[in-house]
Amino acid sequence: MAGKTLYDKLWDDHLVKQRDDGSALIYIDRHLLHEVTSPQAFEGLRLANRKPWRIDANLATPDHNVPTTDREKGIEGIVDPVSRIQVETLGKNCDEFGILEFKIMDQRQGIVHVIGPEQGATLPGMTIVCGDSHTSTHGAFGCLAHGIGTSEVEHVLATQCLVQQKMKNMLVKVNGQLGKGVTGKDVVLAIIGKIGTAGGTGYAIEFGGEAIQNLSMEGRMTICNMAIEAGARVGMVAVDGTTIEYVKGRPFSPTGDAWDAAVKYWRTLHSDLDAEFDKVVELDGADIMPQVSWGTSPEMVADVTGNVPDPAKEEDPIKREGIERALKYMGLQANQAITDIMLDRVFIGSCTNSRIEDLREAASVVKGRKVAKSLKQAMVVPGSGLVKAQAEAEGLDQIFLDAGLEWRDPGCSMCLAMNADKLGQGEHCASTSNRNFEGRQGFGGRTHLVSPAMAAAAAIAGHFVDVRELLN
Amino acid sequence: MRAFTQHQGLVAPMDRSNVDTDMIIPKQFLKSIKRTGFGPNLFDELRYLDEGKPDQDSSQRPLNPDFVLNQPRYKGASVLLARSNFGCGSSREHAPWALDDYGFRVIIAPSFADIFYNNCFKNGLLPIVLEEKIVDQLFQEAEASEGYKLTVDLEAKTVVTPSGESFGFDVDDFRRHCLLHGLDDIGVTLEDAELIKSYEDQRRQTAPWLFGAGQ
Repeated sequence: MAGKTLYDKLWDDHLVKQRDDGSALIYIDRHLLHEVTSPQAFEGLRLANRKPWRIDANLATPDHNVPTTDREKGIEGIVDPVSRIQVETLGKNCDEFGILEFKIMDQRQGIVHVIGPEQGATLPGMTIVCGDSHTSTHGAFGCLAHGIGTSEVEHVLATQCLVQQKMKNMLVKVNGQLGKGVTGKDVVLAIIGKIGTAGGTGYAIEFGGEAIQNLSMEGRMTICNMAIEAGARVGMVAVDGTTIEYVKGRPFSPTGDAWDAAVKYWRTLHSDLDAEFDKVVELDGADIMPQVSWGTSPEMVADVTGNVPDPAKEEDPIKREGIERALKYMGLQANQAITDIMLDRVFIGSCTNSRIEDLREAASVVKGRKVAKSLKQAMVVPGSGLVKAQAEAEGLDQIFLDAGLEWRDPGCSMCLAMNADKLGQGEHCASTSNRNFEGRQGFGGRTHLVSPAMAAAAAIAGHFVDVRELLN
Repeated sequence: MRAFTQHQGLVAPMDRSNVDTDMIIPKQFLKSIKRTGFGPNLFDELRYLDEGKPDQDSSQRPLNPDFVLNQPRYKGASVLLARSNFGCGSSREHAPWALDDYGFRVIIAPSFADIFYNNCFKNGLLPIVLEEKIVDQLFQEAEASEGYKLTVDLEAKTVVTPSGESFGFDVDDFRRHCLLHGLDDIGVTLEDAELIKSYEDQRRQTAPWLFGAGQ
């Protein structure tokens, strides 16, 4: 019999009941909540007169609607009354049911996928869900983590379980070393470019290979974060020394004997050598260049040294039409050099790229330089209050401010424009976020997905440039 | 939840692949704390020429005449015919809520994104996967004949065209069962409350660090 994959192990360890019809009850260790996808779930609980199954499995914070300026005003700082009601509703619901919430003024508040790992609320081997598709982020810790809808938020609150069908196993292996200036973001964009936005549908993806093993936890989180952009609800990386080192000493992490027992278990959280995957995709790390998305789907990416594609060269009529439509929306010409794309705004932040390492990378590029005068705005939005404090302790905020970037308060910010930060119609943005869908960052806005280092380089130049030229 | 057994309805063909949930219901409408009222903002950026805002009267807004749902022949459509990877992107259940609120009961496509597919079943909405060439055929037929309706039978797992041609589809047994009977799946899960408790007790022994730490 073949060995088990990491996904198989996590599945087996959380299986409460296998039903005859092929569905299974899976136990959920950690449930993260935010203000957008939870109000209807709490309302459902109340209507059915149900209580949360296990209060201490839940952790909440507002992130999508919070403003990234004037944090000292607290909830009163939320100008849009509809946004404010949503944040207030999360507070009331958490208070009513006794769920721990890092409220807007709490220094621990931040983007839900940043604070889980930061607090050690994300531990290896956990099942973690949240009403947010980027919950795949937590798979970087050898967790089985995925996004759920609001009905399932209610289901987890009420039962601590989810009804699931087992997915297939996919291994995405990135061999060798990454080149200088090439980051986790470039790796995952290259992977999505290769397998497509539906390439991972129905699969749990494990990211492995030397290039992944050499990444920091931040880099791994960026990659797992965007597994969903390849269609896979679940992205994972095996537990190793890097994982355990990151988890150690965090507020929710175990200590003493429990720590030792946990580490012993965590060391088993990798695919067995003889495990079989339903699909294997391999890339060579050395081939991956800094990536820039040119279209309206995360699979529409190119090397920074490349060009916008020519739809006339695409044989598949549906794909050709997709490229034509994307170029029209993005206001780009076929065959245009990526480095000729002029920018209006630069956004460094989001659950994909707002952790301390991301900010260090960006700061190292802008240090001693100035933001291009042609830009309307370049902003840096740390992922949590604690990331912000650490960045300030390291002097990164001053580097950004000296270069002419704005230094904001934590939140989802311009990633999805549910708050005051958004693009104007037709504006091009170099963004370290995860989705370049039409209108995602604002009505008519044009998003280009890049790494923090590439966004920082673009801020200096006013258009895309190969960040490797600035690093030399 | 509303049960789904059979449905016959007018088909609207949306000829575009990778329709994401931001397109189905844009972010500004996610600020609602209710499950209803999203229908007027379904496909907002494609459907209207101006920028949509929460709490406005959408009946007064300028319509995009090129968008399929704005064509008079598709008024009252309840079966959405779509292309591959429908519902990709965010996990927002507001997407099926908006489709449902608009009046759709069935979505047919060659493939769906996983989370969206799952969310549909929680809301009495039936997503049906059919082979690409069958979907192509249905697109041609729906566009060729005004008033084109399909009949969907969840019990029999069939989609039947006006000419009587029948196509079978797959759906997993648990989801089908819940949808056919309009079951509250939390109630179904809670029938296994003792099993959940015994799993929990065992995990408290073997993995105590998962319980009650922190703050």
